[in-house]
Amino acid sequence: MNELVFFINNVIISGSVTGSIYAIGAIGVTLIFSIMRFAHFAHADMMTFGAFMVLLLTAAFPAAGASFGIPTALVMLPLAMVITAALAVGIDKVFYKPLRAHGVKPIVLVIGSLGVTLMLQGLIRLFAGTGGQSLYVDDRKEIFRLAVPFEGVRAPIVITEPQIYLFILTLIAVVALHLFLSRSRLGKAMRAMSDNPELAQASGINTQMIVAVTWVIAGGLAAIAGTLLALDVTFKPDLSFFILLPIFAAAIVGGVGHPYGAIAGVCSRLCRNPGGIQLEHSTTPLSGQPARLVRTAQQFGVCEQ
Amino acid sequence: MPLLEARDVHGGYGGMNILNGVNMLLEADQVGVIVGPNGAGKSTMLKAVFGLLHVNQGDILLHGEPIQNLAPNKLVQRGMGFVPQEKNVFPSLSVEENLEMGAFLKPANVKRMLTKVYEFFPPLAEKRRQPAGELSGGQRQMVAMGRALMAEPTLLLLDEPTAGLSPLYMNEIFDRVKEINAAGVGILMVEQNAKQALAIADKGFVLAAGQNRFTDTGAALLADPDVAKSFLGG
Ligand SMILES: Nc1ncnc2c1ncn2[C@@H]1O[C@H](COP(=O)(O)OP(=O)(O)OP(=O)(O)O)[C@@H](O)[C@H]1O
Ligand SMILES: [Mg+2]
Repeated sequence: MNELVFFINNVIISGSVTGSIYAIGAIGVTLIFSIMRFAHFAHADMMTFGAFMVLLLTAAFPAAGASFGIPTALVMLPLAMVITAALAVGIDKVFYKPLRAHGVKPIVLVIGSLGVTLMLQGLIRLFAGTGGQSLYVDDRKEIFRLAVPFEGVRAPIVITEPQIYLFILTLIAVVALHLFLSRSRLGKAMRAMSDNPELAQASGINTQMIVAVTWVIAGGLAAIAGTLLALDVTFKPDLSFFILLPIFAAAIVGGVGHPYGAIAGVCSRLCRNPGGIQLEHSTTPLSGQPARLVRTAQQFGVCEQ
Repeated sequence: MPLLEARDVHGGYGGMNILNGVNMLLEADQVGVIVGPNGAGKSTMLKAVFGLLHVNQGDILLHGEPIQNLAPNKLVQRGMGFVPQEKNVFPSLSVEENLEMGAFLKPANVKRMLTKVYEFFPPLAEKRRQPAGELSGGQRQMVAMGRALMAEPTLLLLDEPTAGLSPLYMNEIFDRVKEINAAGVGILMVEQNAKQALAIADKGFVLAAGQNRFTDTGAALLADPDVAKSFLGG
């Protein structure tokens, strides 16, 4: 029984936590790729930016959560999502759209997004400093210890409040995205544009608008993922270095270039294991990543068998 | 007032001009057919009409109003529909979703037009949930035409709608084109099956090297020995 509890704590819960965070990020990356055909490397920094907005808002109104009975950071999340979505649309207008208008190769956009990464990270560092900060300003992180009613079991199952919110929000995001893509007129137009942009235009679909909608969705989701990551761990300006490659791994495993790929990516992440521990303790973020990328792909193969 | 008028249209894909002065006149309710050798600029001319190609000289008028270099979605709003020569369906979308995309600008139309299109192309009704990428060439052509019809165009541009189809399907498509036209939709189509196409054409345009070589009624072009010798294979 002790082994089972250990397995639940360290594999199922922590694996699903990182899996969910990667998945929400990967949805954005995949949507952007399927509409604009480039790998958006600044995505992880949009996540950090979203968390940073929550940090600012939480610091400004520390008591707001108490009246709802949830962490202040979650009360501020919708506003942070709006701001991050606006930032995403703005970045597209200023940086990516002019490049697309010149008909550049995708690699140029990728390099451009690396520039955006550095710019965003510098911007956040300028205001937030370089150290870690907790998103719990006025309130405390609740930790639930569920005792297992069997003889000889020493350790409880441990799950924290932000982890529960994370699961709930991931579920909502995935179901909402599925309904949006399969039912709504705009969602179908998005899939159509991903299939064949010229024909989408010839059908009267306003492709500029679809691009903007893509950024709004990707930006909003990035804010959710970043905030939940920062709640689970801590807020740091260089959070993106820890999550960028896993996000791309999740997106690739799920199938880049197709809006539905991200949802498959979610499932693959959920059957992946011990991510959570590494995320908190990894001290060499970049060097370890390629190995993890490879391992992720392998693990998915194992999961499927 | 003519439905479509092209006057001395020049244009290309950035480098050299491909169109070197094309003229066309099509009245409402007419079928216009563009024929000519491979690479003559037939597809390019349709793209120019539909705003997919930069026109750097000349005018294109729809109902008497200049439309050259308007964006395609604006032209769809003005009643134009376009079925490209290749890649004319959304492969991962179901047949029904493909059709819905045709009415993207007129969401109120969807229900009524879906019924109409399924009546018009009965094979599509059975396949409505199937991804368009899994259909045969002829069925795809029906999806593509159905998609364009969803917006209730007044002018339909078709680029080689019978390419690669068996004779039976080919006749089926020609019949459909005639029916669409009989319902009051002007048609401008490019065809390789020149004899059959000219037989249903009110206007025929023989293009070569980006210019009109012959322009007349379909019947007159078919009867012209010069046209027959150089463009219809004797
Ligand atoms: N996207 C493009 N970019 C650059 N040049 C092009 C492009 N498409 C066509 N061309 C050139 O334009 C010329 C005319 O091509 P177009 O497709 O209009 O011919 P077509 O008459 O439709 O021929 P076909 O009967 O083979 O379809 C060709 O010389 C071709 O090389
Ligand atoms: Mg052609």
